[in-house]
Amino acid sequence: MSEAIRGTMGAPAAARVKSGLIEIKNFNLNYETMDGAVEAVTAVDIRVEPGEFVSIIGPSGCGKSTLLNAVAGFLKPTSGTVTVDGERVSGPSADRGMVFQQYSLFPWKTVRQNVEFGLKMKGIERSRREQAARTLLGIAGLSAFENRYPQSLSGGMKQRVGIVRALATGPKVLLLDEPFGALDAQTRLIMQQVLTNMWQNLKISVLFVTHDIDEAIFLSDRVYCMTARPGTIKAEIPVPLERPRKQSIMLSSEFLALRRGLMSLIREESLKAMGNEANALALQGLNLDMSAENIGHII
Amino acid sequence: MQHMALNSISAEPIADDSALAPGTPSIRKPSTDPQRAAETPRVAQPVRRWFWMYRGKFRAAAIGLVALLLFLLTWHLLTTYRVNIYIRFLNVPSPEQVLDRAIRAAGDPKFFSHVTLSCRRILLGFLIAALIAVPLGLIMGRFRLFREFVFPISEVFRPIPAIAWVPMAIMLWPTNEESIVFITFLGSFFPILLNTLHGMSLVDPVLVRAAESLGARRFAMFREVYFPATLPHIFTGLTIGMGVAWVSLIAAEMISGQFGIGYFTWEAYSLVQYSDIALGMICIGVLGLASSALIRGVGNLVMPWGRS
Repeated sequence: MSEAIRGTMGAPAAARVKSGLIEIKNFNLNYETMDGAVEAVTAVDIRVEPGEFVSIIGPSGCGKSTLLNAVAGFLKPTSGTVTVDGERVSGPSADRGMVFQQYSLFPWKTVRQNVEFGLKMKGIERSRREQAARTLLGIAGLSAFENRYPQSLSGGMKQRVGIVRALATGPKVLLLDEPFGALDAQTRLIMQQVLTNMWQNLKISVLFVTHDIDEAIFLSDRVYCMTARPGTIKAEIPVPLERPRKQSIMLSSEFLALRRGLMSLIREESLKAMGNEANALALQGLNLDMSAENIGHII
Repeated sequence: MQHMALNSISAEPIADDSALAPGTPSIRKPSTDPQRAAETPRVAQPVRRWFWMYRGKFRAAAIGLVALLLFLLTWHLLTTYRVNIYIRFLNVPSPEQVLDRAIRAAGDPKFFSHVTLSCRRILLGFLIAALIAVPLGLIMGRFRLFREFVFPISEVFRPIPAIAWVPMAIMLWPTNEESIVFITFLGSFFPILLNTLHGMSLVDPVLVRAAESLGARRFAMFREVYFPATLPHIFTGLTIGMGVAWVSLIAAEMISGQFGIGYFTWEAYSLVQYSDIALGMICIGVLGLASSALIRGVGNLVMPWGRS
């Protein structure tokens, strides 16, 4: 049986917690352009403990997806190292499951065949991988859709299948690149809950990239906040909220305090990312009290 | 706690649905409208529903039928009255004459051997073209060096119409039969190659990455990702290639053939059997239509995910 099945069928969780340590050390990445090298990401250090849920948050273009792609093995840093369990990442591998921002299910495969894909690549025989895929789809509440093609699924279901597919090979770590960015607000909340539940059952290390502050706080044990380009770590914020978390926690004072802190960090960086001219204008607007007198003043 | 309170407020009006007060918001009316509820079962009747679902297709079929009948009528009138207005219909056979000839041809083994021979040539030329062009396109799409090497050669030969190859083909191949198949092959080869290549260039890189992160390597990547992702374009190429194959075949048969439906049509002109010209043309049209329908059918079988 696959590792994933053993994990979900109630094998001692502690056995799995041992692996899945992600370490990014002194990470730099430069792009070559006609005008010379451009620094995209500089001097980033990130550590994800085994079984930990860590988010990276930052303004668009700060290089947070770049970091994730480097852990996945799709690109190499200009300097610095990326290791998982002390082993240097040299290319993509089924040990590091990836969920993409865009829907990345194979349109020519049914839901079950999509979930089976990783196991097929491992050379596991058909009947065993079919059984494994069925079990996983059952856990994710997708049994009724196993023979459907992705085209006929809703966005939330597609992404759920995407997560199940990435978990099916029993990876050490799960990497998610703004997986819920394309979903509507309601579906997004449900998916966050689904992901939390899966993560708690599997005790797998998760590195999650998002630009949604609420999402980052709700899901994570720790949040890294990145600066605008060239991207580097601006702050590392622990999220000491109790687990299991329910959606109602988003209204608690602890949550709101964390949210306020992250918001001011992000706003500063987002404005920087927009450039200097926009900066002055936008800051002006944001600092104003939106009272009637002030609005009159602006007009 | 706060959102709990919100839930209970919104749930209340639904609970006392039966006591519709005059002040109830009008938005909720449609769901309880008795007239509408009574209408629903009538539309749900299977035959009506079936007709309703496919009304667009019925409409198109009806209009198409009317258009065809109008065409036949025009043809009939033009030939019966031997219209001569710069374009001459003096010797053009009437639809009745063609129908009569078609009925006689249906029982004529010689006519059938013309048709089957043409079909055989198409099948051979087209299949060989598909078997070479599809893998070549896939490999060219995947390996840049190979593409950069082969593409210029293909671009030099591509603009040459298959018909222009007739004299060369006769020189190249020992028999007439082989040169005709070769010309059919040439006609369908480039559309299939170019569409496959185009499909390869459109494979979503996210799907390739997804497969990589699930452990797919070299050949598996080809079989599981590149090939199925390119299939819709391959089938576009096959459909176009089949059309060009018929064009090339008929031209080749008219020039160098001794049998085949193209030869039959050309020979009819020489032998002053004008009904046979129209019969040959219609026959070519029907065969072309049938072969592209066949490809579409195979495409739907091979790509079940494309159907909604």
